[in-house]
Amino acid sequence: MEITLTHYLVLSSILFAIGLIGVMRRKNLLMLFFATEILLNATNVAFAAISHYIGDLSGQMFAFFIIAVAASEVAIGLGLLIVWYKRTGKIDLDQMNSMRG
Amino acid sequence: MELYLYIALFAPLVGSLYASLFSRSPKSQHVGIVASGLLFTSFVSSAILLSYVMGGHTVHTEMMTWIAAGDLYIPFGFVVDQVSVVMMMVVTIVSTVVHVYSIGYMDHDKGFNRFFAWLSAFVFSMMVLVMSDNFAGLFIGWEGVGLCSWGLIGFWYHKESATWAANEAFIMNRIADLGMLIGIFLIYWNTGSLQYDVVFAEVGNLQIVVVTWIGIFLFIGAMGKSAQFPLHTWLADAMEGPTPVSALIHAATMVTAGVYLVVRANPIYDLIPNVGIFIASLGAFVALFAASMALVNRDMKRIIAYSTLSQLGYMFVAAGLGAYWVALFHLMAHAFFKALLFLGAGNVMHAMHDELDPFKMGGLRKVMKGTFIMMTLASVALAGIYPFAGFFSKDLILEVGFVEHHYVIYTVLLVTAGLTAFYSFRLVALIFHGEERYKLFGIHPHEAYKFMLVAMSPLLVLAMIAGAFKMTYFQLVMNLLPATQYHIHSQTTFWIMTIGTQLFVIAAILFAYKKYANSGVSVPDGTSKMENSFVYKLLWNQYYIPKIYDEVFSKPYAELSRIAWKQIDLKIVDATVDAIANGIYKTGENTRHIQNGNLSSMLRWMVVGLVVLMTLAVAFSVGYNVVGA
Amino acid sequence: MFEAIAFYLFAALTIVMFTITVMTSQALYAITAMAAGMIFISAFFFILGADFLGAIQIIVYTGAVMALYAFGMMFFDTTRDVVEKRTNPQIVFVLGVLAAIMVVAIFVAPVVSNNIQALYPIQENIGNSQAVGMVLFTKYLVPFELAAVMLLVAMIGGIVLAGKKMDKSLTLMNEEDILSMDDGFEPQEGGH
Repeated sequence: MEITLTHYLVLSSILFAIGLIGVMRRKNLLMLFFATEILLNATNVAFAAISHYIGDLSGQMFAFFIIAVAASEVAIGLGLLIVWYKRTGKIDLDQMNSMRG
Repeated sequence: MELYLYIALFAPLVGSLYASLFSRSPKSQHVGIVASGLLFTSFVSSAILLSYVMGGHTVHTEMMTWIAAGDLYIPFGFVVDQVSVVMMMVVTIVSTVVHVYSIGYMDHDKGFNRFFAWLSAFVFSMMVLVMSDNFAGLFIGWEGVGLCSWGLIGFWYHKESATWAANEAFIMNRIADLGMLIGIFLIYWNTGSLQYDVVFAEVGNLQIVVVTWIGIFLFIGAMGKSAQFPLHTWLADAMEGPTPVSALIHAATMVTAGVYLVVRANPIYDLIPNVGIFIASLGAFVALFAASMALVNRDMKRIIAYSTLSQLGYMFVAAGLGAYWVALFHLMAHAFFKALLFLGAGNVMHAMHDELDPFKMGGLRKVMKGTFIMMTLASVALAGIYPFAGFFSKDLILEVGFVEHHYVIYTVLLVTAGLTAFYSFRLVALIFHGEERYKLFGIHPHEAYKFMLVAMSPLLVLAMIAGAFKMTYFQLVMNLLPATQYHIHSQTTFWIMTIGTQLFVIAAILFAYKKYANSGVSVPDGTSKMENSFVYKLLWNQYYIPKIYDEVFSKPYAELSRIAWKQIDLKIVDATVDAIANGIYKTGENTRHIQNGNLSSMLRWMVVGLVVLMTLAVAFSVGYNVVGA
Repeated sequence: MFEAIAFYLFAALTIVMFTITVMTSQALYAITAMAAGMIFISAFFFILGADFLGAIQIIVYTGAVMALYAFGMMFFDTTRDVVEKRTNPQIVFVLGVLAAIMVVAIFVAPVVSNNIQALYPIQENIGNSQAVGMVLFTKYLVPFELAAVMLLVAMIGGIVLAGKKMDKSLTLMNEEDILSMDDGFEPQEGGH
């Protein structure tokens, strides 16, 4: 049984959907970060697979940069989260409504 | 020579702009003087150009490109040739006189400066009209004079009748201009150009049907501007404007633009003699029709306006029968004596404190000697008595009719000549002779300013001697227009006709004096037998044409507009717009809770948006593949 | 055959792990499951011949990112449940599934797959790490440098945000000074 590009893309899409569900479902900000990591990893899988099946290194390059972005995002995001927690003592999304219009 | 051309053209524009600078400030004498001075400059330049053109040259210049798109090329080009230089002379002479006269006439008017802005702008538009070397430029001038005419008829805009008359004139002219536009489009469609020389060279190769339609549509435009039946009603109503305006625009220049158009387009009309016959017949009809209305009217200015209408009919007879140079000659002569007549009427109006009914005047010759002499001589010229200008030009038209074997037209024009003499001298007799009826109304008339009379004098001189230039003029224009001499073959017939016409006209004058110059004339009160006769009522009500127009066009149109307003605009258009606004408002009202500041629900909406966008992307790529396959 | 078995095995494991991450209410379970999922993801990279990427994945995610999260969790009160009001869970799932379907549809659409051309073909005779290095330091040099700057900025940003009072040594200060120097250092409610 041959594993084709489509298999990987479907897998990537499933992981992406899981990540989206997490983004929509989670109220805990930390958990929300986990969900975004899943989203980024799902795209990484797709990039690596496309890179392999097309025979082009560009896909891997993008995956690298995504990893770099993910690392930066975690650093900054956690920093902000800590500041927020220091200030309010909460990391509950539903209580972050200071931007209510 | 191009320098003089531009001076002649743009001096009035400069005057207009100068005057409009002060249009909101109170009366300043210098505005009138500057505007008149610039007009005089324009006149001098025109005179220099005239002498140049008489030497057998023409000036043709292209100032700048106006429209260049694809095959369409329309420049701002100007041409001074034998025809346009005659028109330029007429326009600049009359307008210079009218400008100077207006300084006195508008002396006490609040809108003194505004008046000169409009008046000079009119002259500029008229110069563009006559000097343009293509139909597009002619049309610009055509619309420009229409606009200025609107502004000047409605000059006293606080008077409802004045604004009504201004709008009537404007709308009537728009109807006719539509016809003219179609004519211009047809010309471009069939010849690929709007330049006179190209069009006239090309027009001979066209099918005769096409040329006929071009001629008809151009003439519709001319009918509007020159107030020919059935678009004539605006001219009499246009007398609501100040009298110098009537003299300049509604007697000497603008209304003759239609004649100028036919004369200018003579290579087209030469090809279609049938349309020419129609033009001549309509002209003859209007000549009689307008003269008959002038017989009973009791408004001094309207009588002169009907007279103008009648004389325009004469010009169209000549132009329609192919005697273009005769038409242009009568145009010129008529401009001088008709402007003089109007300016004289303006003096009388001033003296009588804007009273227009000649039955309430009488005996004014004692207090207004200068005006009396001028108006009498102008009337003599209008009636066509030898050796005044009217004799040479008007008799020539009669001869044209006779030589071309259109005896019906000839007869109609002959009768009209008698009527013309009658109503002209009815007016003169009622105003200047007989008892001093104005005393009943407690008016103390006075003569106009001296300089106004002096300003009028060039017109008087020209009205008297213009006939002497006939052969010079003929030599000039025969370079451009068909040089047909109209001679009656038999010498005897010629003398019988000329003397007969003269006697007929003189008889009409004497009849008018006998009837209206005696002391028994009183202000009509609607009781006399004549006033109750059917013919009198018919003429008094202008053949009921204004009423018919009102019933047939205005009232149904007003009703239609009311329906469009109440039913279509309010119930469909406004309702649709309101519904859209309400829908958006309701949507906003219902969706404002989305904006609750909750990040979680925002994220959810973000995903909704993502799904929608991706769905669109898929749908479009599927559609693309289906179409591509 | 081996490849297929490996793919399906790791696919199942990854999906299960990530599902646990998303669904569990225990933060500790979530982070553990995600660390496992990250490692399983790296397995795909190895299967696809992107050895270097796989190594990076393990090092960065399971090494650095997970350590950061673990640190963050220690900072917060993870034992305390955040009450998650689940409003309309079915909408969440419907949207997720729809998004997945659309992504698949876009990926498998012929118009996309036919238009892709290899700009930097994988050469057979050199190793993956070497090839990656060659491309990364030629064509992608500028983005690479930018990524380095970005990471530096992120590092400094993280330090500034999280550790404001780093110039003070908490161990050398007495209790009153620590309490008086900060207004928000201690959590206002809960905490320990």
